[in-house]
Amino acid sequence: MTYSGFRVFWEGLRGNKGWRPVWRDPDPKAAYDIIIVGGGGHGLATAYYLARVYGQARIAVLEKNWLGGGNVGRNTTIIRSNYLLEGNQPFYSFSMKLWAGLEQELNYNAMVSQRGVLNLCHTDAQRDAYRRRGNAVRMSGDDAELLDAAQVRQMAPFLNFDNARFPIKGGLLQRSGGTARHDAVAWGYAHGADKLGVDIIQNCEVKGFRIEKGMMRGVETSRGYIAASKVGVAVAGSSGLVMAMAGMKLPVESHVLQAFVSEGLKPTIPGVITFGAGHFYVSQSDKGGLVFGGDIDGYNSYAQRGNLPVIEDVCEGGMALMPMIGRARLLRAWGGIMDMSQDGTPIIDRTPVDGLFFNGGWCYGGFKATPASGYCFAHLIATGEPHPTARFFRLDRFRSGHVVDEKGMGAQPNLH
Amino acid sequence: MLIPHPLLGPRDAQEFVYLGPAALIDRPQITFPLTDASAALDAFHVYLHERENPAGLHRELWFHEQGDRSWLVVTRDTRTHDIVGAELATDIARAVGRGRGPEAPPPANKDTA
Repeated sequence: MTYSGFRVFWEGLRGNKGWRPVWRDPDPKAAYDIIIVGGGGHGLATAYYLARVYGQARIAVLEKNWLGGGNVGRNTTIIRSNYLLEGNQPFYSFSMKLWAGLEQELNYNAMVSQRGVLNLCHTDAQRDAYRRRGNAVRMSGDDAELLDAAQVRQMAPFLNFDNARFPIKGGLLQRSGGTARHDAVAWGYAHGADKLGVDIIQNCEVKGFRIEKGMMRGVETSRGYIAASKVGVAVAGSSGLVMAMAGMKLPVESHVLQAFVSEGLKPTIPGVITFGAGHFYVSQSDKGGLVFGGDIDGYNSYAQRGNLPVIEDVCEGGMALMPMIGRARLLRAWGGIMDMSQDGTPIIDRTPVDGLFFNGGWCYGGFKATPASGYCFAHLIATGEPHPTARFFRLDRFRSGHVVDEKGMGAQPNLH
Repeated sequence: MLIPHPLLGPRDAQEFVYLGPAALIDRPQITFPLTDASAALDAFHVYLHERENPAGLHRELWFHEQGDRSWLVVTRDTRTHDIVGAELATDIARAVGRGRGPEAPPPANKDTA
């Protein structure tokens, strides 16, 4: 089924009776060439690019619940490519290029909105650090602009510029950054992959791997055994649990990150704004709700919900940044499980098991990476070699010392 | 979350800082002179980076920073955040021979000697 403005008009005239499901709901076959475990953004994107770019066939995506019910539907929808390190920035730059053409490619409206991401700075030292990061971003071919306080005031006059402790001195703006509708990203990739013949199998939980002599043979699932010589795992917060079934311990802890949305308000926030003195980032959805978040709760969790102290902390950050939201009511808060790696950087790599590939450790930055993560993981699975932009995301980098520690926090997952 | 501090009773988890799994107490013991540097590196890599990361009961280190500054080993269910128990980390470390041992007797007062 192809979507278009004309189609919407046509179906409108005919009582909307011609719409079909966005993807099929097939039963699992006995065997596939490639199985992707995890029907979230990254898993679906991987299946899509395997079929579309790497010409692979007989692919299945196995999802334990419903499609897109995990972190791809729980994040704050921000897309950006403003990283510092050589290991990260080219990858996110690649992701941003894929975002820009995503909707046309998938024929699905993911509401990609490149309306800018503004990181505020509050001290001279922070401005220096942002200048350095901005230069790194520009050297990778992306855009970054350092704004002074007057320019920030023009963009967002409602901010608390004269906060006694954290006055706003300026900001680093990336105009190509913005937001996308997260559910539609999952649905769009599912739609695109399904059209290329990928079987998307929901309510199918992987219970174990069948590994013989170090070679992948297939997966045991709640819907029976499925054979496949190549299996890619992209399960975010459940990475530790799934890879334990293959006998592996990961350099990853699972933590809960909360996100929040306020009641609908009139349009007020132009793009994404982040507070540089606390951890708070906010954007406004098309429905008018302020979508915001902050730090992870800080302790291992699989609960998909957090506790009140962090809610208070995030809201304090919001009040320090823009006191005008003080009378807006919080509508909802929810949590997602983040696979926090030991250096804050993801892993897209082979594993000691021949035919088992791992994609994880996304910390709380996985959403913006969705297209490139899928593309690079597909490249790895199809060719056996890492994609050039993801070559730093090795599983063995912790043993060898080649960590990519963007924040410089060391091996302490809850600080990344 | 309320953490049942063995000395102070129930305390708000906000008073604490979280470090990670209680297995961090078991720092690899390296004896010198070093005969196998690669094995030592492997041991420290596993200690520092690899995590059990269970969904269920998890023994973990919390530091009572806004309180008596003791380290606790808290047993908590990562699926529900229910806290099952808390012990002093020094007791656990001593039990496996890792702590500083029993308190040394106070030094004799030289004035009265």
